[in-house]
Amino acid sequence: MNEMQPATAAPRTVEEFMTHACALEAEAAERYTELAELMAAHNNPELAALFAKLAHIEGLHRDQILERMGWPAPPDPSVCRWETPEGPETTDYGDLHYLMQPWHALKLALHNERRAAEYFERLAGGPVPAGIRSEAAEMAAEEREHVRLILEWLGRVPEPEADWDHDFDPPRAVD
Amino acid sequence: MSEPGAAVPVPGDYKSDVKPVWCPGCGDFGVLNAMAKAMARMGLRPEEIAVVSGIGCSSRIPAYTACYGLHGVHGRALPTATGLKIARPDLTVIVTGGDGDGYSIGGNHFLHACRRNVDLTYIVMDNRVYGMTKGQPSPTTETHWSSKLAPQGTGLSEFHPMAIALASGANFIARGFTGDPNGLADLIVQGVRTPGFSFIEVLSPCITFRPEQKEWKKLVRPAMLAATDDTAQAARQIFTDDGMNLGVLFAGARPAYQPPIGSGRRSTQELEARFAL
Repeated sequence: MNEMQPATAAPRTVEEFMTHACALEAEAAERYTELAELMAAHNNPELAALFAKLAHIEGLHRDQILERMGWPAPPDPSVCRWETPEGPETTDYGDLHYLMQPWHALKLALHNERRAAEYFERLAGGPVPAGIRSEAAEMAAEEREHVRLILEWLGRVPEPEADWDHDFDPPRAVD
Repeated sequence: MSEPGAAVPVPGDYKSDVKPVWCPGCGDFGVLNAMAKAMARMGLRPEEIAVVSGIGCSSRIPAYTACYGLHGVHGRALPTATGLKIARPDLTVIVTGGDGDGYSIGGNHFLHACRRNVDLTYIVMDNRVYGMTKGQPSPTTETHWSSKLAPQGTGLSEFHPMAIALASGANFIARGFTGDPNGLADLIVQGVRTPGFSFIEVLSPCITFRPEQKEWKKLVRPAMLAATDDTAQAARQIFTDDGMNLGVLFAGARPAYQPPIGSGRRSTQELEARFAL
């Protein structure tokens, strides 16, 4: 979960705002897909399936925005400026661990959803045109609903033991 | 450049179907991501780019891109890339590797690549350890980092890549962080667009052998000072730097070295004939 806070520029039009919203969902979906493939490569089918499911969900959100805007494909994301190094719903590569469990993956998803909600809430409460304010408020409410759903999901997944990252066959041999 | 009317390139266009086998949490994912973003931003076609590497975890990158690639000999990525760029100046040549490959086995090539100033962009993923071979100290490993092979540390001074690059004549010197792929993509674009030898040092945590490097994301920050073209000022900045400032340190104006090709060129068959017994 990256700590850097580069400068950000708020979208100026509803179209710019929707470009950001679309990029946010698209990047999150792409990253979850990448993580699913990574976990499959590391012979962790349970996490691969979970990340693939999260990718599918984020992909649906991206598609909803595309449909609503009548865009055939996501617009160029390089115009987007975030408060975080990547989109607020994108998992930081550095937060993974080779022994992580579904609970950890869901905690990352929860963090992402909360950060997305906060991003939209800040926009909704900020000095932006009224059209962006209402769209951002709607998106924030959706992200809060996702937070609630992930929390429910987390409640059904066992919490790992304290020594979950203890490797009985560690990569680095120690005396 | 992309032809008019062609579809706008996206980062995914520059990734191959080969899936990375890096450890979950490895910083090198961020570099692959940044490279793909940079390539898309520059609008280059994959076949207009060659990615050349040596040996090591990070040197696997060429296989993960859809560009021309060469996963070559340990420490020899720079001379290979130099030959390629001189023979094919039309290609954008990006060289990738790690701190062990680039600063130890390939250390001498690093000095002379900076000095020659051929138009290459060299991205070094520095995790201060030999990850692929199970965690031995590398040239940039901190003096007191204790490991099985070097209990209580190596006791050796750390190699200072940015100082070496500046002293040896690199035309562009920057530092990026894998946790900021967008910022790193900006640096790669600037590096490629700056003529001559561009060196980008990337802080790339090794989650497996240096898990303490997870803390880097709390320590890195954008550099307070803008890039300079004054080597003396850049040198002062390097030696007062704690290693966590990100951005372009030095951008010079030295013309790239590109010897004329064509007139003295021989065909492969002619060259081969000279070696025939």
